[in-house]
Amino acid sequence: MKMQKYSLSSLFRSSAWLNIGARFLALIVVFLFFALFVEDGKFYTLRNLENIVRQSSVYATAALGMTFVIITAGIDLSVGSIIALAVVVVAWTLNIQIQGPDNELVYLVHQYPFTSPLLACLLAIVASTLVGLLNGTLITRLKIVPFIVTLGSMGIIRGLAKGIAGERDIYPPEETWIGGLMDPTLANPNKSWMLFPPGVWILILCIAVASFILRYTRFGRHVYAVGSNEETARLCGVPVGRTKMIVYGLTGFFCALAGFMQFSYIGGVGQPTTGVMYELFVIAAVIIGGASFSGGEGSILGTIVGALIITILYMGGQQMGWPKWVQEMVIGAIIILAVAVDRYRHRKMA
Amino acid sequence: MRGIAKRFGATIALKSVDLSVEPGEIMALVGENGAGKSTLMKVLSGAHAPDDGTMYLDGQSYRPNDPLQARESGVAMIYQELSLAPHLSVMENVLLGIEKSRYGLVQWEAMRDETRKALAAVGLETVEPEIPVNRLSLGQQQLVEIARAVALECRVLVLDEPTSSLSAKDIEKLFQLVHTLSDRGITVIYISHFLEEVRAISHRYTVLRDGESVGGGTTAESSDDNIISLMVGRNVDNLYPRNKHTPCEVALSVERLSGLERPQKVSLELRRGEVLGIAGLVGAGRTEFLETLFGLAPLIEGKVTIGSYAGFADPALRWSQGVGMVSEDRKSQGLALGLSIADNITLPSLEGLGPRRLVLPSRQATASDPWIRTVPIKCQSAQQQVSDLSGGNQQKVAIARLLHADVDILLLDEPTRGIDVGSKAEIYKVIDSLARGDPEENRPPKAILVVSSYLPELLGTCDRIAVMSRGRLSQARPVSEWDEHQLMTAAIGQE
Repeated sequence: MKMQKYSLSSLFRSSAWLNIGARFLALIVVFLFFALFVEDGKFYTLRNLENIVRQSSVYATAALGMTFVIITAGIDLSVGSIIALAVVVVAWTLNIQIQGPDNELVYLVHQYPFTSPLLACLLAIVASTLVGLLNGTLITRLKIVPFIVTLGSMGIIRGLAKGIAGERDIYPPEETWIGGLMDPTLANPNKSWMLFPPGVWILILCIAVASFILRYTRFGRHVYAVGSNEETARLCGVPVGRTKMIVYGLTGFFCALAGFMQFSYIGGVGQPTTGVMYELFVIAAVIIGGASFSGGEGSILGTIVGALIITILYMGGQQMGWPKWVQEMVIGAIIILAVAVDRYRHRKMA
Repeated sequence: MRGIAKRFGATIALKSVDLSVEPGEIMALVGENGAGKSTLMKVLSGAHAPDDGTMYLDGQSYRPNDPLQARESGVAMIYQELSLAPHLSVMENVLLGIEKSRYGLVQWEAMRDETRKALAAVGLETVEPEIPVNRLSLGQQQLVEIARAVALECRVLVLDEPTSSLSAKDIEKLFQLVHTLSDRGITVIYISHFLEEVRAISHRYTVLRDGESVGGGTTAESSDDNIISLMVGRNVDNLYPRNKHTPCEVALSVERLSGLERPQKVSLELRRGEVLGIAGLVGAGRTEFLETLFGLAPLIEGKVTIGSYAGFADPALRWSQGVGMVSEDRKSQGLALGLSIADNITLPSLEGLGPRRLVLPSRQATASDPWIRTVPIKCQSAQQQVSDLSGGNQQKVAIARLLHADVDILLLDEPTRGIDVGSKAEIYKVIDSLARGDPEENRPPKAILVVSSYLPELLGTCDRIAVMSRGRLSQARPVSEWDEHQLMTAAIGQE
């Protein structure tokens, strides 16, 4: 009796680990491929590894929220636009001018070099979370499917970002610490003690928090329940509508953080056209990470591995000198392959 | 509990229903599909709000705003379709919505203990709370649902057709459990179509018809005929039409047919103008047999001859040969629920519904109308969505499809499963008239193969019956040589 108990629960645990393990294996295979074939071993230099991590951080941060959404069997197509909105709001805030002591206009940043970027972040987080919650409200109140709502809001939010920016790039008057969030640390001897740029540390913190929420809180378990069987969840008294709203709000929040990283990554410019097509990379990362579009499945760790795989493919392809069209085709094919392998495994297990 | 009295008005689903149940009593709620049983119970369990009427629980006024409130006041419901979250563990399912938590954090240890207690109460001590619920058998999953109800100290347990997906053994277990619960003072309301079940389990029964409670009584003191006539509002002594069928030439012959696992070396001859029944237990391979015949499942060995053709077949070829099938699961296989009645009826044969291979919706509707009238299907128009119809009418749409395609050989898998008595009678009438044919209207008799687990139905409609047991099919014998007991013995494989 005792024996059986142990074997049952260990079987369950091991299959979950197998799941993640298989993804790590895929990550290693993809990495080794480029490590071997990119000439002169340029691919596995420290600097390049850091670049991979920096580049993947934007996708991965946005993908954290998307993981929640996809586990509830939803989708959010507006993440690329929300990232752009955050980027623009940050730059716009840094460009605020106030009356100086001699009655002339001065930039807020010049007066408060530390706190005004903080204000910028705060505004961006509020704006992004609000549009996320708005997505959630439309989905739950008007009972429109998430695909349609976020397809619409993708356009609305992108337009809003362009409107705020006046349809051009906003150049803040001064470099601030937000602009340096993603600056390479290894190349700079003064900063190499940090190991990773601060933005990456933010991501690592977010990974821990998001995993914790998903696994150990009531809300997290409700996210899985809603995706696994929404009707059951409702009948059992799970606040389905509220759970969904929060999930889209969270996506907005994480997109704001991704926006800060993107802002720094593109050189501290408020570019309203940034982040186009990011929703596809983000969704691909979540799906390669083992989430299912029909809901109930997915994990933060898997998503992170997915984001790394996508980034390595993207950067590796560039460094192999593949033309852009080949890169795009390869990434597309890998997404289909990953899901096909997953489905096959599922069928065999069932 | 001092009895619930309820009255609803204004809605079409429920006109005015009174129902009162004593504590510890097992009350059967019976009625045709669409009579409002499920709606009534959804009101009781808080999923729907009543437009009118009052409910009392233990003499107190009771009006739940949502299912959680109902659960907390001790009213739990087990739905017809399993309502578990398949990806979650047993304990998460049992305590879904009422998770043990502190500051929003789930307390796994407390959850585990609580779940063990609830599982023990339903006889599932051996199931570990951590395993994902989709690893359990259907019967076990059903019990997990009941554990969910027990976990919250329920005083009223509603079971909505709980046996529709269970095997005979699991049903027996379930019945035992229901009796144990009622001995402990829990009130059980049991919704069912099956009078046998009602008889086996309930103390009293209430009949609903067209959203009204039309009668009831003590189960032991009422005859089946009594209950049935209350349900349909008319006498149904003529449930099974018995007209003379005259078998003519062989339409379908099967020689030593084997599929992947089942069927095993099945031989059979089906003639025009006869209804051939296949009895057997769930899982004996009857559905697989029909699927192999119809080209849905691989044929490993043997020969199926229709006319003079005995080669490879897929469903499209079978349709063109004049073979049609009604699958056992109308929701997931048989019908496109989101499409209209006309779309569903004309699906396999869209030819001639417009010029140049086009399909005109208006012609689809005109083509469907006669079948809607002959079967008959209760609906507003041919354009109505199939999902709006009751189960019985949905099943009639599936059968009308075969009529529209004018097939010669009908393969019917559980044609009356889970539908009301009135619809059953109409489907039997259709089967009978097809087997008879009508020389005056130039309709030749058809060949019909019926698979059913409901023995009275086979004995009532078929001319010959064969029994399938563990993939093997017995000799088909005239219906006069069988009775229920013999069929059952053959199905269990004790012959």
